[in-house]
Amino acid sequence: MKINSAILKNGVAMALHEIPEIDFISWRRWIIESCQLAKGRVISLLAEDHGDRMRLYGLLGIDDRGELRLAGTDLMKNDLRYPSLTPDLPEAHWFERELYEQHNILPEGHPWLKPIRRGDYAPFYRVEGEEIHEVAVGPVHAGIIEPGHFRFQCHGEKVFHLEIQLGYQHRGIETMFPKANPSRQAVLAESIAGDTVVGHALCYAHAMEGLADKSVSVRAKELRVVALELERMANHVGDLGMLSSDVGFLPASAYFGRLRGEFLNLLMELTGNRYGRSFIRPGGTLLDLSKEKILDFWKRLEKSEQEFRDVSDLFFSETSVLARFEQTGVISAELARTLGLVGFPARASGIGHDVRSDYPIGAYRVHKPPMVRLTTGDVYARARIRSLEVKRSLEFLKEGLKALTVEKTFLPCDRFKFSSLVVSLVEGWRGEIVHIAITDSSGKIRLFKIIDPSFHNWQGLQMAMRDGQISDFPLCNKSFNLSYAGHDL
Amino acid sequence: MWDILKNRWRQGYRTQTFPPRGSLPPPFRGRPAMDSRKCADDCRRCAEVCPTDAISTDPLRIDLGRCLFCQECVRVCSGGAIAFSQDYRLATRCEKDLVLEGDKMRLAQALEKKRLRLFKCSLKLRVVCAGGCNGCDLELQALNNVVFDLSRFGIQFVASPRHADGLIITGPVTVNMKLALAKTYEAVPDPKIVIAVGACAISGGPFEGSDKVLNGAHSVAPVDLFIAGCPPHPLTILDGLLRLLGRMKEG
Repeated sequence: MKINSAILKNGVAMALHEIPEIDFISWRRWIIESCQLAKGRVISLLAEDHGDRMRLYGLLGIDDRGELRLAGTDLMKNDLRYPSLTPDLPEAHWFERELYEQHNILPEGHPWLKPIRRGDYAPFYRVEGEEIHEVAVGPVHAGIIEPGHFRFQCHGEKVFHLEIQLGYQHRGIETMFPKANPSRQAVLAESIAGDTVVGHALCYAHAMEGLADKSVSVRAKELRVVALELERMANHVGDLGMLSSDVGFLPASAYFGRLRGEFLNLLMELTGNRYGRSFIRPGGTLLDLSKEKILDFWKRLEKSEQEFRDVSDLFFSETSVLARFEQTGVISAELARTLGLVGFPARASGIGHDVRSDYPIGAYRVHKPPMVRLTTGDVYARARIRSLEVKRSLEFLKEGLKALTVEKTFLPCDRFKFSSLVVSLVEGWRGEIVHIAITDSSGKIRLFKIIDPSFHNWQGLQMAMRDGQISDFPLCNKSFNLSYAGHDL
Repeated sequence: MWDILKNRWRQGYRTQTFPPRGSLPPPFRGRPAMDSRKCADDCRRCAEVCPTDAISTDPLRIDLGRCLFCQECVRVCSGGAIAFSQDYRLATRCEKDLVLEGDKMRLAQALEKKRLRLFKCSLKLRVVCAGGCNGCDLELQALNNVVFDLSRFGIQFVASPRHADGLIITGPVTVNMKLALAKTYEAVPDPKIVIAVGACAISGGPFEGSDKVLNGAHSVAPVDLFIAGCPPHPLTILDGLLRLLGRMKEG
């Protein structure tokens, strides 16, 4: 079926009247067929209140072609129902639950319709029968981690089903956004997920620059990439440390933990904060690197590379580690595609999607670290891919630091196009971060939509636990290391 | 086996002395210092641009319980009245002391006698993340690594509130976490202490005003120690904890 959907570019604003409006039935078919036949993927389904109508937007990504496609449809407010997409397209599952929760839009025939953030948590999915037992964990966990509730349906040690209930971190960021002034918006974007400050700040800034139709200087683009890759490495290395302690291999846990700090300290010397806060703003970066600092960074990266290689070799050649990782929490390529997984968990299952390659922005247009892909989809693959990505990022940064251009890093960026929509995508360390902004007729933001990669990937963790053992949960969990805050917003 | 030993040898000794020699390197943003004399007449630009309303003028004051150390104020100030130093010490015993004027700050004082005697040599804390972005929790976690090595000071994070002497609360306390946090607080045996880490737990931080949050730890429990920052550096947290236990020199 030929549907006239708009083709968007990452970070380029489009006037609202240019977005095709189609009837609901065609819209639904367009989404399902694009995903099933044309290798598309749901990036977002979102709604906006238009008085007596509810406008639904579908945003799809055809990754192979690097195309973002968008089309809208209307539902009447007095009859907010439609035949659910989920039975035909499981990756729509979470989005439909979100629409139901936020806008009261009822997807008829949705298999498990309940709010994802609201706080009324019952009922949980139950398996019944002799010797079946239920294990409930959280929201307050044993470690220093975020709150969430996990409900396991078990038979002995074997897990039949895991349901994850989030929402405890819900702060109402999306609703705060339109009311906030630009300086507040920037700090809100940086507080979506504390371990992805750079990723979200860049995504927000890129969206605003798109709305203002401004581009930033080459040096700012390069420095942003330095920060983003440092964030990626710090988190990957930190997670490898956590995985080591979860299997009781303490030497690697200590060394990885310390190495994570080295990357955070570099980020601090670049940005003034260990997590990269207040560095990226619409218009560029607020700080610059001196020549001496660049040389110092280069040397320290070189040293970290050597140390990382040592610890990584030690870790991945330890048979007791491999025995716990291999064939644990397997997500097949087919399942990953069905669930619409993004980021390194998708790449660990063999799916070749990376925003840096598919929809590159800024300095990634010129250079990017080569994509890493593995096929086994188990904890091993999700751990191994981290070390490979760290290695590639290190090489990429060392190369990039040598060739920084000299330019101003910041030019003010305000005055947004009115009645426009912009989509901004960034490959954060977890995967695809998406911010969507819509401006009103005076150029003020009237809708801001955030999709953290965790939003897609929590379902992956649930499925990875099927038929596994409860004792595999820490490994599966850390191999994904999803954000509660990024999901709950 | 030999590989493990070889790696151990190469890693060497990494634990940092505390308090560290010298300050943190720039551009680290620590405690701000203000000089009202440099303010232009009737200028309120810093206060207007501050994302969390942390600044008041006449006289110029910054509330560290709200400050996110974002430097927007420094960027708009033409007279250079505000400057962020590299001083990482930012913990106080009462909210009032978080409001800075000039370049002095009254840092946290030790607990009163009874609790000090109990907790001085061994303190077990339970961390509860009650909303927020997870940034403060990451820095608390980092205190356990070999560089900061929290346990050498006799302070440990424990898994159960029943094993704890007190709570560390991060995040603005979301509506959805209120009950769980209140129950955790109740489960800690008396006498107990409560520590609020980060701008969110002190004032709600960037989320202040949202109808989904309760603007800080005080909404659930009385707070004994406020550790400012967004997120506070691990050294800031360590300094605050040791001051509470009377193990740092005053000042």
